[in-house]
Amino acid sequence: MVEQVRKLLDKRLKTPEELEKLRQSIISDKDTSRILISVCGGTGCRASGAEAVVDAFAEEIERLELQAKIEFKETGCHGFCERGPVVLIGPKKIFYQHVQPEDVPEIVAETVLQGKPIQRLLYTDPATNEEITYETDVPFYKRQTRLILGANGEIDPTDIEQYIAAGGYSALSKALFHMTPEKIISEVTDSGLRGRGGGGFPTGRKWQSCLKAKGDIKYVLCNADEGDPGAYQDRSILEGNPHSVIEGMIIGAYAIGSNNGYIYVRNEYPLAVERTIIALEQAMDYGFLGENILGSGFNFTITINKGGGAFVCGESSALIASLEGKIGEPKAKYTHMSEKGLWDKPSLLNNVKTWANVPLIVNKGTDWYSKIGTKGSKGTMIFSLVGKINNSGLVEVPMGITLREMIYDIGGGIPGGKKFKAVQTGGPSGGCIPEEYLDTPVDFDELTKLGSMMGSGGMIVMDEDNCMVDVARYFIEFLKGESCGKCVPCREGLAKMSEILNRISHGQGKPEDIEVMTDLGEILNNGALCALGRSAANPVLSTIKYFKDEYLAHINDKKCPAGVCRELIEYSIDPDKCTGCGACVRACSTNAISGEKKEPHVINQGMCIKCGACYDTCKFDAVIKG
Amino acid sequence: MDTGLDFTTIQTILESNAEKVEKLIESYISKKEQLISLLQDVQAEFNYIPQDVIIRISQRLEIPLSQVFSVATFFQAFSLKPRGRHTITVCLGTACHIKGGQRLVDKLGRDYDLKPGETTEDMRFSLETANCLGCCALGPVVVIDGKYESKVTPDKLDKILKKYE
Amino acid sequence: MTKYWISSETSIEIDSAEDNNVVHFSVDDKDVIVSNGQTIYEALQRQSGIGNIPALCYHPSVRPYGACRLCTVEVSEDGGKNFRFVASCLYPVKEGLVVKTNTERVRNLRKGIIELLLARCPNTKVLQELADEYGVEKPRFALGDHDCILCGLCVRACQEIIGKSAISLVNRGIYKEVAAPFYAYELGEECIGCGDCAFICPTGAIKMGENGKPELPRVKIPYAEIGAMASAAEG
Repeated sequence: MVEQVRKLLDKRLKTPEELEKLRQSIISDKDTSRILISVCGGTGCRASGAEAVVDAFAEEIERLELQAKIEFKETGCHGFCERGPVVLIGPKKIFYQHVQPEDVPEIVAETVLQGKPIQRLLYTDPATNEEITYETDVPFYKRQTRLILGANGEIDPTDIEQYIAAGGYSALSKALFHMTPEKIISEVTDSGLRGRGGGGFPTGRKWQSCLKAKGDIKYVLCNADEGDPGAYQDRSILEGNPHSVIEGMIIGAYAIGSNNGYIYVRNEYPLAVERTIIALEQAMDYGFLGENILGSGFNFTITINKGGGAFVCGESSALIASLEGKIGEPKAKYTHMSEKGLWDKPSLLNNVKTWANVPLIVNKGTDWYSKIGTKGSKGTMIFSLVGKINNSGLVEVPMGITLREMIYDIGGGIPGGKKFKAVQTGGPSGGCIPEEYLDTPVDFDELTKLGSMMGSGGMIVMDEDNCMVDVARYFIEFLKGESCGKCVPCREGLAKMSEILNRISHGQGKPEDIEVMTDLGEILNNGALCALGRSAANPVLSTIKYFKDEYLAHINDKKCPAGVCRELIEYSIDPDKCTGCGACVRACSTNAISGEKKEPHVINQGMCIKCGACYDTCKFDAVIKG
Repeated sequence: MDTGLDFTTIQTILESNAEKVEKLIESYISKKEQLISLLQDVQAEFNYIPQDVIIRISQRLEIPLSQVFSVATFFQAFSLKPRGRHTITVCLGTACHIKGGQRLVDKLGRDYDLKPGETTEDMRFSLETANCLGCCALGPVVVIDGKYESKVTPDKLDKILKKYE
Repeated sequence: MTKYWISSETSIEIDSAEDNNVVHFSVDDKDVIVSNGQTIYEALQRQSGIGNIPALCYHPSVRPYGACRLCTVEVSEDGGKNFRFVASCLYPVKEGLVVKTNTERVRNLRKGIIELLLARCPNTKVLQELADEYGVEKPRFALGDHDCILCGLCVRACQEIIGKSAISLVNRGIYKEVAAPFYAYELGEECIGCGDCAFICPTGAIKMGENGKPELPRVKIPYAEIGAMASAAEG
């Protein structure tokens, strides 16, 4: 009896045929007449209140007893985070932005039941002022090729059957039963896939050397310690489609002959951790993990490990130290980790995005994949297009698209009619690219040529109000705080660079500072132990290269042209514009502003701490920064 | 070590949790390489990592105390001091920075006498900064006890914090 | 028959038949032959006068760590076409390797590292001597007053030679320091008072105290804040 119950509960798929049967039955059981409502449940939309919207939909559907008519799901990140909470309705995907719980009854009554779009929830193209009804027509999505992110908006990441219905785990089945490990690796090699974590190392070559490495025990690792500030695509994939990463890892494990895998994920991503754990459990229940996967005789398990909060742990040797329970100090990599990695065993480490590409390549084949992208960089890349940009969010595009297309066609340009100044790519290891290079096609090699890098795909747009000295100072402060402190160039060099940049932004720069920083940059480049240290000077060197004038203005004229460096600016009130409303007086925390009611006010410079609260508060643009 | 709590209070907290701690450590006996996960679990339980627990971990897992201490001080996620009732995390990732994240930290320092890594005297708030919470399109982002707040201004922050006593 | 140098003055001539136990490579244009399984730095320690490599975090009794970076050299694995910088205390000798230990680029790098270390520890004799040798005058940065360069030799000696772990490197980045658990001033039972840490310390930062236990360098002002303080004082 117990045995029978166990058998009934046992969902493990024992053959590839069982998987196909399950897939067919999920698809045919699906009532296609139901209208689909999908609410984005990524961290971004949740921050904008998506959970309340989800609850409101669930309540409304129950209240009106529409369960038979409506299919409702909370999916992963749709990418257009800035417009969240985002809701999509029906087969044609009516796109609603900034949805609030109050809007829900109307959406159900008007749009779902009668097919009428609600105007105020539609997206308006800032370029043309045109209202757009369907997701596919929104310029932000129109120019994208969402191979990896596409499923994010379609499936509920907590339900493995939805992934299976969308063709999930068919690549695994194909790999296990129709391909040899060598064949898989040659497919990955020929596809031209390069590591998406930043370095851009050819993925197939890594796999090949792991396959060749001697040893019974090998490990497959997934780097989800996405620490680059301004990049969150890995988080989004793990939140929205964790099975694609898991499937990639199982295929990789089979190819190199590994039975144990680890996912090292940032602790700062609680939702990604939660959904990955659920996905791992479900993959185990359905027999994609564990012993004798799909009856192939191949065994593989994955353990999830939460990071302790250290940027440097994204560096492979530090990640391994951390997985071993040690402090995250990098080691010299003169012996490659494909020979000696985790616990000195051959280890295959790839980034989340790289793993997510694998099922795609196995399923669709090398020919198809290698047609996308440029000569040296194949496939798509996911960028987080953020900062001073109209349409900000996650963008997946074929390699080779130009920066200008990214920023103006997809991103919709700079808000508020401001002037573009620079785009920062590659996180703290990258650099700032000025306007004159906007027509550069984006791929691994081109960005490196410009003194920046692809990194993990952060793309932060800056306008005339951003000070490049401040940006450099920000990154150096960041890296100083994140340096593990092991080697002298990184620990001491970054401290000294930060000292100099702080002086410059305080108006105490010296003429020789630029030269000293260039020297320090060389010491870091040549002398530091790990990739973090060796690339740490890039933000400074690239801003010195492209924006030297701004440095000189700070050093020689003691001026911050962008009006950011607090010690170099002064706030004052334009008496012609000031209405004496007193809003600034209330905003000022040091009582530095005074004046009669309805008369122009003045700022006492001695008391002003330059926090900018008055500037933000004034509705009449009467506060002048300069 | 200045914990901000008096000795007897800590003693009581620890004693009432002694069993829980033992159980937790027990579950890691055979996997001492997962020290970081264990410390995370301890931190989730106490909101910080008490000295006694570090010593206990070292004894039970047979890892030198100095090494447990190294790990506990290396990673940003761990606090060796008790934290306030509410944890404010201000994101200082690049996107939040260029949209004014630092001004929120400045404001907390000015108006709440609260600096990153510290706790207010009344134990109401602790302040942490994060290097990127991955909500870059919505910056500046602040997280309070796990709840995300987007596009936060110094003014808005005041209003949000009123909800937390 | 090929000529191999075993020190700056002495060479031997042997038939360079293939032998897995030895590797042949060149150091500063001299061909050398050494036994396999060593690092460049180790190998050259035994070839007196060949190569010129300083090091502060290396000691033959403990495992190499690669922190001070002073032993950085240029190596080429393709017969001298492309060179890169590596830490010689960690880089294993390989057949056919071309090593340059004292090029201008290498000297510049070491000079920069010495300048940074001297700014941290201006009163340390070993650094003053290195500064003289590499032509470092006054560091161009705000000065600290530390003795400890965080080479980690004391920690490794305690662990690897003595088999104890009384001290460790705690915190990270600029806040890193050598400390006992919970920053205890008096070292506890784990310390047996052997004094190995004080003996191995290259800068004399650790001294033996009257209670027979070492006194660790005390970080009075976090070094990180010195720069900020100096610039505040100037302004």
